[in-house]
Amino acid sequence: MSDTVLTVENISVKYRLPEQKVDDLKDYLIKMFKRQLRYKEFLALHEVSFSLEKGDRLAILGMNGAGKSTLLKVIAGVLKASEGTVTKKGTIVPLLELGAGFDMQYTGSENIYLYGAMLGYSKKFLDEKYDEIVEFAELGEFINVPVKNYSSGMKARLGFSIATVVEPDILILDEVLSVGDAKFRKKCEKKIMDMFDKGITVLFVSHSEAQVKNICTKAILLEHGKLTASGTVAEVLQVYKKLTE
Amino acid sequence: MKNLVLTFKKYHFLLYQLVKKDIQLKYRNSYLGVLWTLLEPLLTMMVLVLVFSKLYHNTKDFPVYILTGRLLYSFFSATTRSALKSVRANAGMIKKVYVPKYMYPCAGVLSGYIQFLISLIVLAVVAAVCGIYPTWHLLEAVFPLVIVFIMTMGAGLWLSTLAVFFRDLEYLWGVALMLLMYACAIFYKVETVIGENNRWLFRLNPLYAVIENFRDAVYGNAMNVPVMLYSLGFSIVLLVSGIVVFYKNQDKFILHL
Repeated sequence: MSDTVLTVENISVKYRLPEQKVDDLKDYLIKMFKRQLRYKEFLALHEVSFSLEKGDRLAILGMNGAGKSTLLKVIAGVLKASEGTVTKKGTIVPLLELGAGFDMQYTGSENIYLYGAMLGYSKKFLDEKYDEIVEFAELGEFINVPVKNYSSGMKARLGFSIATVVEPDILILDEVLSVGDAKFRKKCEKKIMDMFDKGITVLFVSHSEAQVKNICTKAILLEHGKLTASGTVAEVLQVYKKLTE
Repeated sequence: MKNLVLTFKKYHFLLYQLVKKDIQLKYRNSYLGVLWTLLEPLLTMMVLVLVFSKLYHNTKDFPVYILTGRLLYSFFSATTRSALKSVRANAGMIKKVYVPKYMYPCAGVLSGYIQFLISLIVLAVVAAVCGIYPTWHLLEAVFPLVIVFIMTMGAGLWLSTLAVFFRDLEYLWGVALMLLMYACAIFYKVETVIGENNRWLFRLNPLYAVIENFRDAVYGNAMNVPVMLYSLGFSIVLLVSGIVVFYKNQDKFILHL
């Protein structure tokens, strides 16, 4: 198979942040008159390129602050890169902080539609999949209770069920395989594994070597925003280990 | 442009959901529910009538006069306030999932507008009680009603963008709104304050211009076309510039949220 689903070309992300935090008009005007508005440029990502084919499962390794999350945000389309392009085919589902988009006042079932709409699903699709989502989340009659009364595990379960009800072409996993109790985690892992079998492309961020070895077929290593190694999981893990020692 | 239409097609359900959420949650857990949309303006009108009719205007139409001004003003003030907060209130989502960001201020303005249209029922009832009956001039109310929507949307886009960068804007806008309220002649008549000859001063305030057009339509007077054109022109400029400012800055939002 040589279906390229994701191409990342020369992505750079530059933040231009004021040296001191200015976030109100008063400060801004005072500093402007005193000519104290200095900016610092901060390069979060520097010319990162790679491409993935259908079925590739890529591990993104790196220390804290190396730019892993920034890279994921750029790929998810939330953050716009200062330079470079991302070309993607098909739907991307980010599994980041499950349940972040819920409205606490809304009940579980109302949130299914709200969160689903945010992920870009249509009403018809959600109507069809409603039962499946509720069943997978194992919420029972809690589905009609406001989400503010949910436990964090319940929220994560609902978030996971909604996000994975589509079959995405590209799945972004940011250390989320640790939700809910052991039973639910197994269920999630199974669902993700099923998706793998169908040949979806995965971007995976984790610090756990075991998980990376288990899941991924390829890896890249980021250091201070630069891509310093890429290749098979074993190769990159070796470099990464040296770095951590 | 084609892209814009495509994303809107994909996300129109989200817009519907956000509007529905705004309206549903506002009245959830209250016994009277959506009835509050009608009761709230009625009650504040009664307070204003009680206070101000004793002071200077004891005319029979005074409740209608107040209500026409107040409904338009409170739509503008409540909706711009919620639009101002809309991007920041949804920061959590904006950082995680890609959604066209204009959805948030737009949903706020739309839900405010729907509630405003519902609250016009109160005006119809009060007008009938006060003996003001519709004439064909009432049809001209369409102009101020559309213009106020354009104006609010434009202001909402401006404010939601600026509020991301300047957090104190919320308080400044609160003060500005208070000033605007007094400049809208809601509970007094312009001629008694600065005289008929100086009415143009008030008309410089586009929201007052809208209110005047609306009052004329309700009272059955002919529309003052130059005033209408002025507020329309102002609103279109505000909306277009608001769209430009929002689009130019939306990629930077995430860095400041």
